[in-house]
Amino acid sequence: MAQMTMIQAITDALRCELKDDENVLVFGEDVGVNGGVFRATEGLQNEFGADRVFDTPLAESGIGGLAVGLSLTGFRPVPEIQFFGFVYEVMDSINGQLARYRYRTGNTYAMPVTIRSPFGGGVHTPEMHSDSLEGLMAQQPGLKVVIPSTPYDAKGLLISSIRDNDPVIFLEHLKLYRSVREEVPEESYTIPLGKADVKREGKDLTIIAYGLMVHESLKAAEELEKEGYSVEVIDLRTIQPLDIDTIIASVEKTNRAIVVQEAQKQAGIAANVVAEITERAILSLEAPVLRVAAPDTVYPFPQAENIWLPNYKDILETAKKVLTF
Amino acid sequence: MGEKISKQFDPTAILQEIESKFEMFQILNEEGKIVNEDAVPDLTDEELVELMTRMVYTRILDQRSISLNRQGRLGFYAPTAGQEASQLASHFALEKEDWILPGYRDVPQIVWHGLPLWKAFLFSRGHFVGNQIPEGVNVVPPQIIIGAQYVQTAGVALGIKKRGTKNVAITYTGDGGSSQGDFYEGINFAGAFKSPAIFVVQNNQYAISTPRDVQTAAKTIAQKGIAAGIPSILVDGMDPLAVYVATRYARERAVNGDGPSLIETMCYRYGPHTMSGDDPTRYRTTDIDNEWAAKDPIVRFRIYLEGKGLWSEEKETEVIERAKEEIKAAIKKADETPKQKVTDLIENMFEEKPYNLQEQYEIYKAKESK
Repeated sequence: MAQMTMIQAITDALRCELKDDENVLVFGEDVGVNGGVFRATEGLQNEFGADRVFDTPLAESGIGGLAVGLSLTGFRPVPEIQFFGFVYEVMDSINGQLARYRYRTGNTYAMPVTIRSPFGGGVHTPEMHSDSLEGLMAQQPGLKVVIPSTPYDAKGLLISSIRDNDPVIFLEHLKLYRSVREEVPEESYTIPLGKADVKREGKDLTIIAYGLMVHESLKAAEELEKEGYSVEVIDLRTIQPLDIDTIIASVEKTNRAIVVQEAQKQAGIAANVVAEITERAILSLEAPVLRVAAPDTVYPFPQAENIWLPNYKDILETAKKVLTF
Repeated sequence: MGEKISKQFDPTAILQEIESKFEMFQILNEEGKIVNEDAVPDLTDEELVELMTRMVYTRILDQRSISLNRQGRLGFYAPTAGQEASQLASHFALEKEDWILPGYRDVPQIVWHGLPLWKAFLFSRGHFVGNQIPEGVNVVPPQIIIGAQYVQTAGVALGIKKRGTKNVAITYTGDGGSSQGDFYEGINFAGAFKSPAIFVVQNNQYAISTPRDVQTAAKTIAQKGIAAGIPSILVDGMDPLAVYVATRYARERAVNGDGPSLIETMCYRYGPHTMSGDDPTRYRTTDIDNEWAAKDPIVRFRIYLEGKGLWSEEKETEVIERAKEEIKAAIKKADETPKQKVTDLIENMFEEKPYNLQEQYEIYKAKESK
C-alpha cells in the first residue's frame, strides 16, 4: 500500500496494464515525453517505449479513428482526449463508430478501447475545459461511462475499464486529481464496472452522487448528522449502466432521496436516476426525489464558478426540503 | 507593400506549378490502345482475363442490383456502373491479408476480397448477418459516415506497421468526401506515422447533385496530398491498367516502409447517387453522360484484350450467365436467412450485457416466445 493522489493512482493503473498486456497502447496529445498535461502518463514512455506510449497530431477525431483502426488489428487502445470539452471533435469516432462496431458487425469485431479524459470545475480553467458532458455519452448505446471520485476507485476502475472488451469512457475530475490522498494497493486489482459504492451508511436520506459531488455530499452528510439526520451517500462510480440494485435497496431503506450532479439540470444523468427510482420504488418514497444541479446556462466564465457550481450548501438545502417534505 | 510581397511570393505561379505536377496518369486510352508503353504492368494473361471477368461480373451485379432494388428485393443501393476500373483494378493490386475500409459505394471491393455475395445483399436490405464478416476476410462493412473510413484507415495502417506484417490498409471515398475534416486528418495521421495506407478518392464528378468544382477551388483532389506531405497521383479512373499500376506502386511503397499515398481516380457513375430517390437528370446533361459513356472502362479493356486474343463474345456471355446465376442463388440464400429478433440485436451490443440490456433481453425473449 502507498499513499496516492488520484493522478498517481491513474498512472499506476496504466503502468500495471501496460506491463500485463502487450496490446495496451497509450496515446494522445502530449502524453509521451511530456507525460501528459497533468502528468497522468508521467514516465510511461520512458518505461515502455514510444511504440507503446506515443504522441499524436493535434486532432481528436483522428485520435478516435486511430483507436478504431488499432482495435481492428488486435490492440487495446487507451487514448486520451486532453479535455472532455473537446469531445465534440470526436463525437462521430466515439458515438458514431466505436460504440457501434460490435453491433454493426454482428459481434465480428470488438472495440476494447478506454478513452481517458479530464473534466470538471473549480480550478478556473479557460473555456470548454471543465464542462460536464457525461450525459451525452450516457445516451449512446454501446458505451459505458465511468467517473471515479477517489484514488482507490480510480485505479481499480481504470484497470477494469482497460480490460473490458467494449468501449469505456473514463472521466477524471480535474479538482480531484490532487486534492484527495489515500492508501492504494501497489499491485493490480479491479473494481467491477456498473457497481456503485456506499461511501457512507445512513437511514433517513439517500444522496446519490458522482465525481466531485461525492465529496460535497459527504460534507453535507456530516452537517446533517449534527442536526440529527442519518444520511447515506452512494457514489455511482459508473454512470452508465447504473447500479440499480444498490440505488433501489438504499431508497427502500431510507424512503427519501436526492440526486446530486455538477452538470446543468438539463444535462448530466440525474434525471435518469430519478426516473429509475420512480419506476421501481415509488411506493417506498415519502417525498419526491429532488435534484441538485447547476443552472441551465453555458458553463461559467472562470470568475463565476464559485457562484454557479453546486456545492455542499446546495445539497444541504435540497436535502432539508426532502427531509421536511 | 503589395508590390514588395509579390516579388517574393507569386501565388498564381505557385498554384500553376503545383497543378502542373498532377497530370493524369493513363496507360490505356478510350480506344483500347496503349499510350504509355513503359508503364504497362506485367500481368499474366490469366490475370488480365481475371480482371476483365471481375469488371464484367460487377457491371452485371450493378444492373441486377438496380433491378432487384426496384422490385423491392434489395434495400439501400449505391450504383457502381462506370467505376469498375477504379474499384476492381485497385482491389486487384491488393493481397489477401490487406485491409479494406470501404465507403457505401464500395461493396464490390469487399465482395472480391471475400465477403459472400448473399451477405452483401443482406447489407443492402439491413440485416446484421450481412455485416458478419467471415474470419480471415480483412474488411469492415461499408461506411456510411463520409470520411470516418479515412481516420480509421490511419489506425489500421498503424496497427499493421506495429504488427510488422507486409500489408496495407486501403480505403475509398468520393470527391465530395475530400471536403471532410476526417479526410484530411486521416491522410495527415498516416503521413505523420508513416503508416502503410492507400487512400483512394474516386472522383466521379458529383456528390449527389453537387459538382466537383463546388467542393474546392483546388484544381485536382490529388494535390490535397501535399497538405499531408504524402505522395499523390491523379489517375484515369476509367483505365484499369493505370489504376492497377498506381495502386500497386502505392502498395509497394507502403510495405517497404515509405508511408501512405493518395490516389485520385477520375471516373464517373452512370447511374444515380443511390436508388433512394436520386434523379440525376435534375443536375446532369445527356452530353456529360455521353462524354463519359465513351470512356467506359469495360469497352476499352475489351478492345485491348480482344486485340491480344484473350477475350471474346463467348467468354463475356459465359461471365454474364455465371454472374446472373450466382446473383440468383445469393438472393435466394439472403431470403432464407432467419429474420432478426430484438434479442439478437441486444446480444450483439456487448460482450457481457449490462443490467438494462439484461432486463430488456428478458422482456423481449418473453415476447418472442409467444
